[in-house]
Amino acid sequence: MTNWPILSVVTFLPLAGALFIAFLRDDAAGVRNARWVALWTTLITFAISLILVWRFDPSTADFQFLENRPWLGGTITYAMGVDGISLPFVILTTALMPISILASWTSIQSRVREYMIAFLVLETLMVGTFCALDLVLFYLFFEGGLIPMFLIIGVWGGPRRVYASFKFFLYTLLGSVLMLLAIMAMYWQAGTTDIPTLLHHPFPLALQTWAWFAFLASFAVKMPMWPVHTWLPDAHVEAPTAGSVILAAILLKMGGYGFLRFSLPMFPEASQHLAPLIYALSIVAIIYTSLVALVQEDVKKLIAYSSVAHMGFVTMGIFAVTAQGVAGGIFQMISHGIVSAALFLCVGVIYDRMHTREIAAYGGLVNRMPLYAFVFMVFTLANIGLPGTSGFVGEFLTLIGTFRINNWVATLATIGTILSAAYALWLYRKVIFGKLEKPSLFNIKDIGWREIAILAPLVILTILFGVYPKPVLDISSVSVTALIDNYHHALSAVQTAALTK
Amino acid sequence: MYEAIIALPLLGAIIAGVITLVGAAQRLPGEDPPPADDHAAAPVPEGHPHAAPDSHGAHAAFSNTHAEEHETHEPSAAGSLPAMLVTSTFLVIACVLSWFAFYDVGVEGHEARVTLFSYVSFADLHSEWALRIDSLTAVMLVVVTTISSLVHIYSIGYMDEDPYKPRFFCYLSFFTFAMLMLVTADNLVQLFFGWEGVGLASYLLIGFWFHKPEANAAAIKAFIVNRVGDFGFSLGIFAVFYLTGAIDFDTIFAQAPALAGKSFHFLSWDVNALTAVCLLLFMGAMGKSAQFLLHTWLPDAMEGPTPVSALIHAATMVTAGVFMVARLSPLFSLSPDASAFVIFIGATTAMFAATIGLVQNDIKRIVAYSTCSQLGYMFVAMGVGAYSVGMFHLFTHAFFKALLFLGSGSVILAMHHEQDIRHMGGLWRKIPLTYGVMLIGTLALTGFPLTAGYFSKDAIIEAAAVSSNPMAAYGFLMTVGAAALTSFYSWRLIFKTFHGEPHDHHHYEAAHESPKVMLIPLAILAFGSITAGWPFLSVFTGHGADQFFRDALKLGTAETLFENAEKLPLFMSLLPTVMMIGGFLAAYQFYIRRPDLPVALARDQRVLYEFLLNKWYFDEIYDFLFVRPALWLGRLFWKGGDGFIIDGFGPDGVSAWVLDVTKNVIRLQTGYLYHYAFAMLIGVAAFITWFMFAGPH
Repeated sequence: MTNWPILSVVTFLPLAGALFIAFLRDDAAGVRNARWVALWTTLITFAISLILVWRFDPSTADFQFLENRPWLGGTITYAMGVDGISLPFVILTTALMPISILASWTSIQSRVREYMIAFLVLETLMVGTFCALDLVLFYLFFEGGLIPMFLIIGVWGGPRRVYASFKFFLYTLLGSVLMLLAIMAMYWQAGTTDIPTLLHHPFPLALQTWAWFAFLASFAVKMPMWPVHTWLPDAHVEAPTAGSVILAAILLKMGGYGFLRFSLPMFPEASQHLAPLIYALSIVAIIYTSLVALVQEDVKKLIAYSSVAHMGFVTMGIFAVTAQGVAGGIFQMISHGIVSAALFLCVGVIYDRMHTREIAAYGGLVNRMPLYAFVFMVFTLANIGLPGTSGFVGEFLTLIGTFRINNWVATLATIGTILSAAYALWLYRKVIFGKLEKPSLFNIKDIGWREIAILAPLVILTILFGVYPKPVLDISSVSVTALIDNYHHALSAVQTAALTK
Repeated sequence: MYEAIIALPLLGAIIAGVITLVGAAQRLPGEDPPPADDHAAAPVPEGHPHAAPDSHGAHAAFSNTHAEEHETHEPSAAGSLPAMLVTSTFLVIACVLSWFAFYDVGVEGHEARVTLFSYVSFADLHSEWALRIDSLTAVMLVVVTTISSLVHIYSIGYMDEDPYKPRFFCYLSFFTFAMLMLVTADNLVQLFFGWEGVGLASYLLIGFWFHKPEANAAAIKAFIVNRVGDFGFSLGIFAVFYLTGAIDFDTIFAQAPALAGKSFHFLSWDVNALTAVCLLLFMGAMGKSAQFLLHTWLPDAMEGPTPVSALIHAATMVTAGVFMVARLSPLFSLSPDASAFVIFIGATTAMFAATIGLVQNDIKRIVAYSTCSQLGYMFVAMGVGAYSVGMFHLFTHAFFKALLFLGSGSVILAMHHEQDIRHMGGLWRKIPLTYGVMLIGTLALTGFPLTAGYFSKDAIIEAAAVSSNPMAAYGFLMTVGAAALTSFYSWRLIFKTFHGEPHDHHHYEAAHESPKVMLIPLAILAFGSITAGWPFLSVFTGHGADQFFRDALKLGTAETLFENAEKLPLFMSLLPTVMMIGGFLAAYQFYIRRPDLPVALARDQRVLYEFLLNKWYFDEIYDFLFVRPALWLGRLFWKGGDGFIIDGFGPDGVSAWVLDVTKNVIRLQTGYLYHYAFAMLIGVAAFITWFMFAGPH
């Protein structure tokens, strides 16, 4: 289809940019150049990734833009490709990177070159994760992403950054060690690490079960699911704004992507048996973390907890394995990628001005920052899941999809929509509404052109996808249908085999 | 044409919104934050070097916040006039088009369906943005655009002193757009979009004066209580989709008869499918229409500007629940149990809200409780199957209740933002025109013969009297009783406000009649309050209703209701009028002839009076049952769950344990050679011993 390796270009172009920055001199001009190089690299990467959308054929569930090169002794190959499930995440990643770079434009003043390098390397690893079609390659990208993020939090983070970064690292590493074991076991069983082949490989039930748990350990931490979510609030609070953006918008999505790419299609029986466990954890995540969000005193922590709750809808929808559930899960991840990124950017706006994230330090901002108040309102509403914003479509689809399978779960999860309104509007009221009484806020300035440029595209996308979700749903439509068909096919094959015995 | 009716308010809202934002950005120019040193956590001190040039702006903001909210001398925002003119003009055009549509659809019978583009559709779930125009929609189009355009015009006068006019008109037009999306919905998701959209507009407008803490609290309360109702609404949508495989009305209604009698496993119980669906959806209606148990937000919503109360919290948005039941009448009419529940809630609300209305002192809250109560009437009509009669009351109520609210607004403005009727009195001499329209509104509300309210309210009570639903007798009793209370509290309001001696001479002397731009909408509404009844009687009741509504409403049982109602004995059909007169006489006795009576009664019946004055203590009960436990659980989960258990046994526990072990290991490394030699010796000894006894054989 293509005669040039477009996926590899999208994946490794940021790395090339990072190398280039590494050779810049460490003076004022070098710092300035580092920013511009990073911005242009991410913009060009985004532009190239749009070619993917343009050339993508949404009428087939097969992987497209395939690349296959022998690597590491023949069995492990360098295989890349995207389908309707992974493509939206690739675009989400490339689209948010320029925004993250712009968001760090003035707030990062120390070690700027290293910071930009870390972000560009991170982009390579994230895009690679979503494009990899070989288990080992996937694992490398997936785990590799940990290192730049660890550094971003640990070097450019807040006062408790060391604690937060180690907590983040330990949690995620523990999960991934188990996943590596599962990957090895799968290789011994199937004789290959090629993902398209493995998607149709019938694994024995015993292996399915423990490999499912091993993958769960890794993906659940990434999502994050209750009870392994406690690293997230700390990481967000300490991370610089752009770090939070990438963490919430993309790194969290790797968990959901992993469930869709591995757990469901490769271990269908285990997924079916263990879905109640996922349901239970999702429900707890939605209700428990929403209640916790209700009493937070730190803006970023509140949004972090609300992220956990929103990811609960994703896991619930995915493991309902209905068309609406899975599609809703994907949509919810994309929407959350946009909305939570925007919310963290909004927090960054006031943090850059006041250098505090304490809710009590604010109040009455609308008197001085009307534009900011408007933008923040749009994302607050999207976070609540108001119809007409992208947040609603994902929630609605996951819930309606889950209701068909288990209405207890859907009913309990719907309680989350009440609680989300409570904490999000409470936050908005405390920060934006009211009188401007705190002397420190008297001279605060509204958002400037750079900040408008960052936030405006996100406002537009939030409303566009909320009113017209078809573009996103259509990209993944065939792949999701195929995923569900294969899942049920695998299950019924097992059942017929059991009956004939 | 229908696209234009919807698009004009949206366009108006967008234009006013852009004017708001551009004006705000010019007044308070933004700039990027200065580059800061990383980790510099010190907040900007007061004596900031850049403070000097900004001090004027800061001072303005400060003085603004400390001034009385209505007495800000801040100049109007830039572009106020264009914003007001554009939105109002667009609304008037939409209103004219709507009346044309009303004639075209209702009388000529040209129903229409306009498909715009797809909405949430995936696999077997289909929903589109589509406008469904039938007679039911046409009635709502007329109500919404008429009241909305009048309120727009009225607000030009009412909001004259407010500096944030473009924002206000943006919200008003946005509300109208969302409400029109709601009433033209072709499927449940679009209905839900309009539903939550009007909820958002309500939230924004209640909290319009964002510096008032009570307004912010009321706004959040309105949104969250509505979300509780929407919890049921969402589940209802899910259940409908589960049962019928569709969420568009045509498919659902076609499948509904087949669902009758089917059971459905919901949560852990087997329930009647249709009843469950109807009850879940009705929960949404209870929230939106402020019915018993979910009513607590409506009185607080009076914190918003008065035109908002008239438009949203009296005439249109709160009737969305009634509209929803009417729209889904093919479902509700198949479930007698759900209908009985609708009657029960409606009748209870009608009575309950009226009892609270008896003792309130805030002029807007009295009218708000009256709204609650009248919505109860409409639900009684819906429950007994007289859907067209319920719509009739919705139609007439929109006129006289909007009139009462806007009239109250005129009073409030005349009294310089005093809302307590205890401080009023004798005002009829000062503001005779307002007095006149309030009198008309009161007559219509209490059901004075030949006014609009008389026809619709009597029709509801008669329908309840002859219905065969087992709950209908309760509905009849409560609505008749509430009619007396309605008359009492309405006349109490009139007597205490306009008659007797003035209680606050300062405000009384300063009272002045409102400008023409407010009086003309009032006059139009007063005209409607008198004439909206009789000419439309044949449209909404009797055989005319069938011709008018055709398939839009399920009027199967209503036919017999209308016939039986005509055979009702005379004393039964006179009963509401008797009640009305009784209420008036009691109020006259209490507040004109013996003004000392109510005080004495309140003293004698201390407990009852407090109970009613505190609104049956619902706010306190909900606070105790829901708000506090939620916050308590949140704190418990945060500190106890996340902090103590998960982190304590998880990462922090593990790292502490590792450090502990390491410390012990460190203690072994003393640095003394003889310690190491000793350890080695023991090791060698143990090794040899093991080899001697268990070694290789």
